[in-house]
Amino acid sequence: MWLRRIIPRLISLQANDFELFGMPIQFSMKRDALDVRWKELQREVHPDRFAVEGAAAQRIAMQWSVRINEAYQRLKDPVKRAAYLCELHGAPVNAENNTAMPAVFLMQQMTWRETLDETQTQAELETLLSEVQMTHQQALIDMAQAIDDARDYNLAVGQVRALMFIDRFASEVRHKLDVLLD
Amino acid sequence: MALLQISEPGQAPDPHQRRIAVGIDLGTTHSLVASVRNGVAECLPDHDGHVILPSVVRYLPGQGRQIGYEAVNAAATDPQNTIASVKRFMGRSLKDVVNADKLPYVFVNKDQGMLSLQTVQGEKSPVEVSAEILATLRFRAEDTFNDDVYGAVITVPAYFDDAQRQATKDAAQLAGLNVLRLINEPTAAAIAYGLDNASEGVYAVFDLGGGTFDISILRLTRGVFEVMATGGDSALGGDDYDEALAQCLLMQKGAHAITPQDKTLLKAAARQAKEELTLQSEVSLNVDLSAHSLTASISRAEFEAATSALTLRCMSAVRKALRDAQLSKNEIQGVVMVGGSTRMPQIQSAVANFFDKAPLNNLNPDEVVALGAAIQANQLAGNDNSGDLLLLDVIPLSLGIETMGGLSERIIPRNQTIPTAMAQDFTTYKDGQTALALHVVQGERDLVQDCRSLARFELRGIPPMAAGAARIRVTFTVDADGLLSVAAKEQISGVEAQIDVKPSYGLSDDQIATMLKESFTTAEVDMKSRAIVEARVDGERMLLATQSALNADGDLLTANERAQIEQLMQSLRQAVMTERDAQALENVTTELAKGTEAFAAERMNHSIQKALSGQNIQSL
Repeated sequence: MWLRRIIPRLISLQANDFELFGMPIQFSMKRDALDVRWKELQREVHPDRFAVEGAAAQRIAMQWSVRINEAYQRLKDPVKRAAYLCELHGAPVNAENNTAMPAVFLMQQMTWRETLDETQTQAELETLLSEVQMTHQQALIDMAQAIDDARDYNLAVGQVRALMFIDRFASEVRHKLDVLLD
Repeated sequence: MALLQISEPGQAPDPHQRRIAVGIDLGTTHSLVASVRNGVAECLPDHDGHVILPSVVRYLPGQGRQIGYEAVNAAATDPQNTIASVKRFMGRSLKDVVNADKLPYVFVNKDQGMLSLQTVQGEKSPVEVSAEILATLRFRAEDTFNDDVYGAVITVPAYFDDAQRQATKDAAQLAGLNVLRLINEPTAAAIAYGLDNASEGVYAVFDLGGGTFDISILRLTRGVFEVMATGGDSALGGDDYDEALAQCLLMQKGAHAITPQDKTLLKAAARQAKEELTLQSEVSLNVDLSAHSLTASISRAEFEAATSALTLRCMSAVRKALRDAQLSKNEIQGVVMVGGSTRMPQIQSAVANFFDKAPLNNLNPDEVVALGAAIQANQLAGNDNSGDLLLLDVIPLSLGIETMGGLSERIIPRNQTIPTAMAQDFTTYKDGQTALALHVVQGERDLVQDCRSLARFELRGIPPMAAGAARIRVTFTVDADGLLSVAAKEQISGVEAQIDVKPSYGLSDDQIATMLKESFTTAEVDMKSRAIVEARVDGERMLLATQSALNADGDLLTANERAQIEQLMQSLRQAVMTERDAQALENVTTELAKGTEAFAAERMNHSIQKALSGQNIQSL
C-alpha cells in the first residue's frame, strides 16, 4: 500500500511576493536585505542548478526562477511595491482609468514641465532633477506613513498615482540630460 | 533524462562519471575551446599546439573544406570560398550587413529574411559555416580527452539579439553539441577574472572583439555574478578599425581596390599595420593590388584619427550602460579588458581617461572568455561539488509587440534579469474581429520599422465581440539562454496560440536533422553502430536514474502510478538487451522519460519547496 507523503507547503508559486521572500508585509524595506534574499532564493531554484536534470526539471526550475524574479522586480521598486500592497489590501491603483489628481499637485507638475521645456543647460537640468528627486523622497516617507502606520490604503493609492507622475517626469528629465550629454 | 537525482544540485552522482564539459568562445576572428582539468580551466591546443582557431572556413571544390590557419592562408587566393568573420552574418539578412559591397563574398538572399553565401560547394548559411568551426573544436576536445563531449557552454556577445542567439544555438546543434547554456561573453570573462581574483564589488567588462563590442556592468558578491546592465554594438569591432584604416590608405593614395583579392589583401595589410601600431609609433606597408602596388607609411596618430569615430561609439555605449545601471563612473571598482582589440593604445587610453583608473589587463584577452565558459560548463555539468557560482544575467534589448500605428509596445524592458516572463493585455479594434496578428520585435526604438522583427504569428478563433471587448493576454518568456517564446491567449474564450520565436531567422528541427545527415560525412565513424551504442547507454542511464528516483521518493506515487512506471522500465530493460534499431530503442527510452515526467516535476517541486522553506526558517 502506497501513501502520499505529506510535506507542509510553506511556500508555493501562489504565495504573495512578501511571503515568497519571507519578509514582513509592509512598505518599509531594507534594500540590502532584499538583494541578499533574492540571491539566496535564486541559488536554490535557478535552472542552472538543474542543467543536467532534463526537460521537466528545467521547466519547473524556470517557473520558480521566473516567479522569484517577478517578485523581486516588484519589491525592489518602491512604487510597484506600494501599488502591490494596496492591491493586496483591496485597494487597486487602476492607474490607467483613474488619473484624477489634486489641483495643487497638477499645478506643480505644470510648473515643472514648463521649466523642463525652457531648460537648456546641464546645470539647470541637474537642479531640476534634484528637486524632483527630493519630492520623490518626501513622497516615499509619506507612503511609509500611510501604509505602515496609518494603514490607510485609500490614501496610499492616491500617493502611488502621484509617485507615478513624479517618476515619469524624472525619467523625462533624465532623458533630456542624456541627449544633452551624448 | 527527465528524472531528478536526489543528490545535491551540482553534484555528480558518481565521482568516476565525470562529464566532459567544454566552454567555447565562438568569436568573429578566432575561436577557442577550454575545459576544466584538475580544477583548472585551460584552453585546449590542436595538434600543432595552437589554442586559437581562426574562425575561417574554406570550401574546396568537391567535398573538402579547410578550417582555421589553412583557410586563412588561402584567403587571398580564394576569397570568395574562404568565409571569415561569419559571426557578423549570424541571424542577419542581407540588408543588415553594412559594407556588403566591400566584402569579397557572393551573398544570396534567402526566404525568411536570412542570407546565405554562394561557394564552390553551393549555398552555405552562416549557421552551417559556424557549425564547421564548432565541430572542429568539438573534435579537438574529444581527441584531447579521448571521450565524448557531454555538453558545452557557448558564448555570445551580450548584445546579440534573439535571432543571433537562436542562430548560434542552431549551429551548435548542427555541430552535434549538447548546449548546456548560451552565456554572454563579458559575463564569461568576469567569471574567469572573478574566480582568479576573488573580487567583490562592481566591475565593468569592456569587450572589444573582432566584430562585436560589449560593455557589461556586473556586481560580484560571494560567487553571484549579477549583471546590472549591458550594452554595446553587435556590429562594431577590430574589423571596423581594419576597414577604416584600409579606406584611409586608399583615400590618401587615391587608389582603388577593385577585385575581391584586392580587398582581402588590403584588409590583411591594414590589420597587420594596426597590430604593429600597438607597439610602434609608425609603420610602412606595401600591397600589390591588381592595377598597381600601394606603398604607404602611417603613424599611430593618423590611425587614431581615422578611427576616432569608432572609439567614440564605444565610449557612448559605456555611458549608456552606466546610466542603465544607475551608477556613476567612480562607483566602478575596476574595468576588465577583454578581446584582442582592446590592445589598441587608443582604446586603453580612452577607457583609462573615462574611468580615471588604469584598466585591468592581467588575463590574456584572447583566452579569458573561453576560460570563463569552461568554468561555467564544468559547474552546469555537475562536476563541481562546491556549486557556489551563480550567474544572474539580463536580456540586452527590449522585447515588444507591434501595436496600431506601427509603434512598438514594450513588454520586457532591457536589462531585466533572466529567466523572466511578462504579460500584457491587448484588445481588438474592430467589431467582430476574430483574428489578431502579432508581430514580435526587439529593440529600443519606438517605431517598429526601426526595431528587429523576430516573428509574426496569428491568434485565430476569437469569438466575435464588440471592439475592445476581447482580452488578449500576450506572455513573453525569456529562458536562461536569453531565448524568447511567446504565447497569446484570449482570456474570455480561452483561445490560445504559442510559438517559439524561430520562424523569422532560425531553423526548424527538421532542417537541422537534414543538415546533420548531409554534413560531417567526412568524419570516419560508422554512424549506425555508433548510434545504437549511444542509444543503449542512454537507455541504461535512464533506467538507473528512474530506479534511484523511485528508491528516494517512491512514496510520492500512488500504487497505480508506480506500477505504470515499473512497466515502462521493464519494457526498456528488454529493449536495451534485444533491440538493434537505434531509433526504436530511443523511442522506448522516450516513453519512459515521458511516463516519469510528472513524477520528476513533483519531486522537483518538493525539493525546491523544501529548500525555500529551510531558507525561510533560517532567516526568521
